[in-house]
Amino acid sequence: MNVQTPPEKLKAKDYATDQEVRWCPGCGDYAIVRAMQNTMEQLQAPPEKTVFISGIGCAARFPYYMATYGFHTIHGRAASIATGTKLANPELDIWVISGDGDALSIGGNHLMHVLRRNVDLQYILFNNEIYGLTKGQYSPTSKVGTRSPSTPLGSVDNPLSATEYALGCGARFVARGIDTQQKHLPDVFKRAHAHRGASFVEVFQNCIVYNNGVYDHFTDKSVAADQQIVCENGQPLTFGAGGDKGLRLVSGKMELEIVTVGENGVTEEDVLVHDETNKMMAHLLAAMRSPAFPTAIGVLYCDPAPTYEAAVHEQLASEKEKKPNTDLNTLLRQGSTWTVD
Amino acid sequence: MEGSTPLSVDDPSRQEVDDVVVRFAGDSGDGVQITGGQFTLTTALAGNDLSTFPDFPAEIRAPAGTTFGVSAFQIHFGSREIRTAGDAPDVLVALNPAALKVNIQDLDKGGLIIADKGAFTDRNLKKAGFDVNPLENDSLGDYRVIDIDITKSTLDAVKELGLSQKEAVRCKNMWTLGLVYWLYGRDRQPTIDFLNDKFKNRPEISGSNIAALNAGHAFGETMEVSGETSAYKVSAAEIAPGLYRTVTGIDALSWGLVTAAQKAGLRMTFAGYPITPASAILHTLSKLKQFDVVTFQAEDEIAAVCAAVGGSYAGTLGVTASSGPGVALKTEAIGLAISVELPLVIINVQRAGPSTGLPTKTEQSDLYQAVYGRNADSPLPVVAARSPADCFDAVIEATRIATKYMTPVMLLADGYMANASEPWLIPDVNDIGEMKVAFHTDPRDFHPFTRNDETLARVWAIPGTPGTEHRIGGIEKSYSTGNISYEPENHQKMTDVRKKKIDDIAEDIPEQKVELGKDSGDLAVLGWGSTYGPINRAVQRVRADGLKVSHIHLRHIWPLPKNLVALLNNFNKVLIPEMNTGQLITVIRSEYLIPAQGLNKVSGQPFKVSEVDAAIRGHLE
Repeated sequence: MNVQTPPEKLKAKDYATDQEVRWCPGCGDYAIVRAMQNTMEQLQAPPEKTVFISGIGCAARFPYYMATYGFHTIHGRAASIATGTKLANPELDIWVISGDGDALSIGGNHLMHVLRRNVDLQYILFNNEIYGLTKGQYSPTSKVGTRSPSTPLGSVDNPLSATEYALGCGARFVARGIDTQQKHLPDVFKRAHAHRGASFVEVFQNCIVYNNGVYDHFTDKSVAADQQIVCENGQPLTFGAGGDKGLRLVSGKMELEIVTVGENGVTEEDVLVHDETNKMMAHLLAAMRSPAFPTAIGVLYCDPAPTYEAAVHEQLASEKEKKPNTDLNTLLRQGSTWTVD
Repeated sequence: MEGSTPLSVDDPSRQEVDDVVVRFAGDSGDGVQITGGQFTLTTALAGNDLSTFPDFPAEIRAPAGTTFGVSAFQIHFGSREIRTAGDAPDVLVALNPAALKVNIQDLDKGGLIIADKGAFTDRNLKKAGFDVNPLENDSLGDYRVIDIDITKSTLDAVKELGLSQKEAVRCKNMWTLGLVYWLYGRDRQPTIDFLNDKFKNRPEISGSNIAALNAGHAFGETMEVSGETSAYKVSAAEIAPGLYRTVTGIDALSWGLVTAAQKAGLRMTFAGYPITPASAILHTLSKLKQFDVVTFQAEDEIAAVCAAVGGSYAGTLGVTASSGPGVALKTEAIGLAISVELPLVIINVQRAGPSTGLPTKTEQSDLYQAVYGRNADSPLPVVAARSPADCFDAVIEATRIATKYMTPVMLLADGYMANASEPWLIPDVNDIGEMKVAFHTDPRDFHPFTRNDETLARVWAIPGTPGTEHRIGGIEKSYSTGNISYEPENHQKMTDVRKKKIDDIAEDIPEQKVELGKDSGDLAVLGWGSTYGPINRAVQRVRADGLKVSHIHLRHIWPLPKNLVALLNNFNKVLIPEMNTGQLITVIRSEYLIPAQGLNKVSGQPFKVSEVDAAIRGHLE
C-alpha cells in the first residue's frame, strides 16, 4: 500500500508545509527558513528522519513550516527535549531552533549542557538581540544602552557573545551565518549537519520591527566586504573589497591585528591561515567586533569528538551483551529469597 | 508488644511473644542500617511477618556523637500479620549517648535498653547534651537496661585478627547484632554468609565481624545461664505460601518500571536529577540497562522531565522521578505533555516540605500539587502506592494508563515507603496482563490528533515513520486537523475533550473495594498512600472491639473510582487520616459534598496505630 510515494528527488518546496507563515513581513526568519529548505534539498534529507525541535519565541515557530517531524516545546527547553529524543532514537537527525532569549536567557543552562555533552544535533540560534514575540524587551545579547519597553532609559547590563559562550561550553563545532546570505548560510548548515556531535550555529537575524538594522554595521552591502571575514579552513584569513586585508597575530601578544598585504612589508605569508581545529584561534575570531574588526562568519571551530548518545548506547549494548538474561522473573528473584510452605 | 505477656527477668526459658519492635540506633558511622538489614533478612527467614522503618540523618557525615548524626532502623516483626513498623519500640539498642537521647522518649515504660557503656564517655555524653551519665543514675529507672561495654567486648573478640583499632571498633554493630540474635533465637548463618560474601577479598574483616557476631551471641547465652535476662521466641507467622524476598519502595518502583516497559513493548527513557529521596530510582535503573533502559542524569529537574518528554515523543516510555520541590520545577513540561498528549510517568517520592523542608522525613503533602498543581485546565491521572511492595503494582498501573490514554500520569510514593522494606510474595510476571502499545504508521487521512473513539487518546505516531510527518506543540491545536488553531470554539472543544479523556478513565479502573470491614457502617476510614499500615491495624483493633468501622484505601486519586461516592455514603461518618494538613479531604468534600473529617499529622513521622485508633474511637463517641 503506497499512499505517498516520495518523488525521486526532493525539492526545497517539498520541505515546506502548507501552513501560513506567521512572521512579520520582512523578518529575517523568512530567509533562514528558505536557506534551511534549500539545505534540506541539497542534503536530500529524509523527511521522516528529520526532526525540528524548538522552544518559544519567534524563531520557535520554525518547525511548523518544515514538512518533517517537528516539536514546538516550551521556553528554553528545546535542547533538553532534543536530548531525550536523540537518546531514545539516535537514528533521528535533529535540528534545534532557538533564539537569543530562548537559548541564552531562560535556556542558557540547557544550551551549556547539550554542547558539553556533545549530543549529535544541530543547534541553530537566531540572534536578533531582542525579544520579538513578547514585543521588544532587550535580550541577553542586546548592546548596553538598548532602549526597550523594559529598559526605557537604556539597558545597563553587559551582553553575552553567543559564539564565545558556545566555545566556553565545550562545543566541538561553532559557526556563524547571516540570515540574508542565501548561498553561504546553507553551506554553514551543511557543515553543521556533517559534523557528528553538537553543532552550534549563530545566525545573525534582523528583527525588522523591534531591532531593525542592528547588524547593518557589518551586513549592509556598503560595508560588508570590509566588515565581514569568511573563515575557511586552510585558507588565509583575508577580507576587504580587494581581498588584500588580512589578520595577523601581534608578535608577543595574544591578540589579532588587521594588516594590508603589500603595505609596510606585509606579505601573504604574514596572514594567519584559518585552522578550524585550533580552539584558541576560534576564541580570537569569535571575539572580534565590528567596526574595529571584521565580524567572523563561517566555521570558526570544528574538532569532532565522540558523541554523547553513541557513548550511552555503547554502554547499553555492552551491558546487554554481558547480561543477556532479560527475564523479569529472574530479575525479581535475584538476591536473598525464602520460601513459605 | 500487644497481646503478649510482659517481659520477665525471672524466667530463664524463652517466652513466646506475638510481635516485637526493635530499634537499632547509633552514630551514622556505626553501621546501624546494615545491622537492621541483616536482622530483617534473618527475621524473614525465620518466617515472621515484618515491616521496617529506616530513619537516616539528613547530614551525610554529621559530626560523630551528635544527636543530629543519629541513624536508626526500626523493625516490627511477629507471628501475626504485621502492617506497620510499630508504634513504640520494645527494645532500644543505643550504641552511643546521642542515640539514647534521641530515641528514649519513644520507648514505653518497661522497655529494654541495650546500651554500649563503652561509648558513654564524657566527651560523647557532652555532645549528646547529658550533664550526667544516664547509665549511672536512676533516670532510666522506668526501663530495663543492659549496659555492657560493647566497644571493649568487641575489641577483645577481634584482637587476634590484626585489625587497626578503628576497624576493630567498627565491628561493634555485629557484636550487638549477635546479642539481639540471641535475644530472639535467630540463626546467625545468613549473616555469616553475608559477611563472607561482602568482604570476600578481606578475610580479616569478615573474620573479625563474624567473631564479634559470635561473641555478642555468646554473651547473651551467658546472661541466660546466669538468669540475668530471659530470651524470647517469636513463632513463624501464617503467611501465604510462595517465594518471598524483602523489597523497598525504591526497588519495587524500579523493577515495576522495567516490567511495565516490557509489558508495553517499549524501551524506556528515564531521566532524573539527584534529589532525596528519589535519586535511588535513578541509581537502581542505571544498573538495569540490559532491559533497554536509557538512564539520563540531567542538568536539572526541568531538563529531566523534558528529556523524558523527548523520549516519549520518540516512542519510548518517558519516565522521570523526583520529590515535591523537583516536581514543582517540572510542572511546565508536564503541561506540555498534557497539551501534546504524550505518555509520561512522573514519580513523586514525597518528603516533608514546604521548600527544602525535611528531605529525609516523610509526608504526603503533594496531593494538591499532583491533582491541581498546574497552570490552566490541565488534568492528569494520579495514582498512589501504599507500601514498599505495592509500588510495583502502582507503577505498572501508572504506565498502563499513560500509554493507553496518551497522558502524563503522576505516581505518588513517599520517603517512608521508598526506604522501608517489607516481605514480598514475588509475583509471576507472566500473570501480569500485557499492555502492548501500537504506534500509528498509516499515513492515510493522518493527523496527529486523530482520536480513539473509546479512549479519546490521540494516535502515537513517532519520528522515523514515513508518511506521518507532523508538527506538534504547546499551542492549541485544531480538533479536526491538529494544526495550530486560535478559534474560540476549538479551544473549548479541546479543553473539554482533554478533561473528558481523563474523567473517563474512571470507567477503566477497578471499582473501589473495602480493604477491611463491611461496605456500610458507622465510620469509614478513607486513606491513601503509606498510611495504609496504621489505618488497617487500627481498624482491625476497633473492629475486634465490635465497632462498625471499615477501611477504604485509594489506589486512584484522580480520577476517583466511580463507585466511591456511593460507598462513602453508606457510612455515617468518614475519617481521612493524612500526613498533611488535609488534602485528600478537600478533594472528597469538593467532589462529593461529603462532610468528611480529617486526622492530620505532619511531624515527618508515620502515623502510630494508637493515634488512628484513638481518632476512630473519638469520632464514634
